[in-house]
Amino acid sequence: MKNLVSSVIAIVLITAVFGFAYPAVMTAFGQVAFPHQANGSLIERNGKVVGSKLAAQAFTGPRYFHERPSATTPPYNAGGTTFANLGPTNPDLAKNIRAAALAILKLERPYNPGLTIHDIPVDAVTTSGSGIDPDISPAYAQLQARRIAAVRQLSLAAVRKLIAQNTDGRSWGFFGEPGVNVLELNLGLNSLRGK
Amino acid sequence: MSGQGVAQILVYSGVLVLLALPLGLYMAWAFERFSPRGILGAIEKGFYRVVRTDPEQEQDWKSYGTTVLVFSVLFWGLLYLILRAQSHLFLNPDHMKAVPAHLSLNTAASFITNTNWQFYAGESTMSYLSQMAGLAVQNFVSAAVGMAVLVAVVRGIARRSSGTLGNFWRDLYRSLVYVLLPLAVIATAILIWQGVPQTFHGHATATTLQGATQTIARGPVASQVAIKQLGTNGGGFYNSNSAAPPENPTGLSNLIEMLSLLLIPAAQVFMFGRMVLARRHAWAVFAAMFVVFAIGLAVNLPAEQHGSQVLRASGVNITQGHGQSGGNMADKEVRFGQAATSNWTVSTSDASNGAVNSGFDAQTPAGGAVPLVNLFLGEVIFGGVGSGLFTMFFYIILAVFIAGLMVGRTPEWLGKKIEAREIKLAALGALFVPTMVLTLTALSIVTKSGLASIYNSGAHGFTETLYAYNSQSNNNGSAFAGFGLTNFSAYFGAVAMLLGRFVPMFAALALGGMLAKKNTHPFSAGTFRTDGPTFVFLLIGVIALTAGLMILPALTLGPIVEGLMH
Repeated sequence: MKNLVSSVIAIVLITAVFGFAYPAVMTAFGQVAFPHQANGSLIERNGKVVGSKLAAQAFTGPRYFHERPSATTPPYNAGGTTFANLGPTNPDLAKNIRAAALAILKLERPYNPGLTIHDIPVDAVTTSGSGIDPDISPAYAQLQARRIAAVRQLSLAAVRKLIAQNTDGRSWGFFGEPGVNVLELNLGLNSLRGK
Repeated sequence: MSGQGVAQILVYSGVLVLLALPLGLYMAWAFERFSPRGILGAIEKGFYRVVRTDPEQEQDWKSYGTTVLVFSVLFWGLLYLILRAQSHLFLNPDHMKAVPAHLSLNTAASFITNTNWQFYAGESTMSYLSQMAGLAVQNFVSAAVGMAVLVAVVRGIARRSSGTLGNFWRDLYRSLVYVLLPLAVIATAILIWQGVPQTFHGHATATTLQGATQTIARGPVASQVAIKQLGTNGGGFYNSNSAAPPENPTGLSNLIEMLSLLLIPAAQVFMFGRMVLARRHAWAVFAAMFVVFAIGLAVNLPAEQHGSQVLRASGVNITQGHGQSGGNMADKEVRFGQAATSNWTVSTSDASNGAVNSGFDAQTPAGGAVPLVNLFLGEVIFGGVGSGLFTMFFYIILAVFIAGLMVGRTPEWLGKKIEAREIKLAALGALFVPTMVLTLTALSIVTKSGLASIYNSGAHGFTETLYAYNSQSNNNGSAFAGFGLTNFSAYFGAVAMLLGRFVPMFAALALGGMLAKKNTHPFSAGTFRTDGPTFVFLLIGVIALTAGLMILPALTLGPIVEGLMH
């Protein structure tokens, strides 16, 4: 009985402190110290939210750099992230990889006739861990550079420079792997003027 | 595998030891010697007054265990009610519906037992109130309960001819306020800086560059992620857990989250060493854990870097270098690549954390077997906060028992005679969970309702099932996430989590109670040394034999068949 009373009181107290006060204080800290990050790293153009640095969005057609495949419904759903969960021996995995590779070849070959399946980096044909991986590997960005340059009438060097500018290196030059943020890259592309 | 990747893992390991050692000594001090004055002292006294306990009044193991049980069951009820009623409560800006009964029951069991198995997608199921005041509170409390029980058991080992193990409320308060809270505040601040959201605003809506509408989930994420890592809980804010960019945005946030998930389990080994005054023994236990941890990495990283048969046959470029990390990138994120993903996979399955930064279902057969085997080792390689080390005590006792048989003397551990009752408890503690895993997996694959949860067919589907019951029984919470929610899997999962938590916990408390009553004997020439390489080797051997022999038949039906198939 004594345990019961003590437990009920402790539960109320602990919920108040760790369930409300702690997140509230941390939210106040975040909103004051790092408001951009605390609100979801949203990116605005002309006063309108066009996306988040931390969420891939769908890009179709030849004018934009493309993201990695996504397993969410619909693809690139930043309100419902998920992995694909296809096991290494699942026949759908082989099928999906093949389809993704063929789609890339079809899209890129008109601008890059020598391209073969062996040139496609693995991240371009595999679903990401979240379905909204905002990054592609620098290799996949380079693969798309010729198409972008041709369609947008830019020099290949200008596109490559833009890729380099939008490549996030490892944290402190050491932790993690480099990636190219596709949304930022495409925004940069839109602000470049064609020749 | 690149030198850079290996260097990342080595630096991680080095930093982990450098942080865990002082933290362990601090914890020993905070639990045993610290008597706060001033404002801290006043707050602590106030807490004892309102929960009506005298912190100087100590409990025996039965009384301690009863308090733990009553406290946990009541909290389980509260959490269940919050989940069921969230649609009528406040802090629900995105209008989440009530969580269904079977899912609420499973989730409440999952969070009070420090498992954080998740049959739901957080960002589309849970209101902010449920996440924050329901689930995140349990992340603190379940870890604090584990730590409190560990401290009580360690006192039992340290004390002589004593009937009591400490006061639960005091131990609970000290772990919450002096260990978990300060670490969580530091980790939260770093994570927000790196980009993890911390807001009470609802979902953001964006109009994409090509004119589509995109909903971006956010919320009080950082404060919850910090404690889900530190408390070896693992339940993510987002469905894809720490693979989701807002939950783990950079290489640095990934490092902080990985350090957080092994920090307290590693530190508590040094805390134990300080409390029982056996520094060398603690280092030996730490060494045994570290060796198994390193073996996991040595298998998982090369397997994932080598890639799956399907990827190699597809013709795409999986070679590392020239602007990509290569390997099996299925269900992995570019910013982590292979090394940081592998480091996480091994850490989380050793630590009983269960948070993931990639999808385990998509790992290669050999790579995915590593977390599976790690779970089967009973979560003693660092293990959960509190629970990891007190489960390790079972194996230590089995090891000194076997050593005793070999040299023909009564086994001793830290000067105390280990007799029949202690051996029985250790055997119960070590064997109960693996037995339950095998039983529940068997039940699940011979019944129609059990089979309904499987997502991938064939041997991989068996692995999913085995992993699910293994993860829940061991209170880990990671998943081969294709495994689906049914009434069967919800209720059996809840049973697995509750028994897997409280049976070993009570065995450990009983063990602590018995050891506390004993007197110590001086070290003699015939005593088996528990602080040298022989002991490290023996301990690893005992863990491998007890857990390994139980899992091997099951492994042949899952990953081994799968590996041979291609």
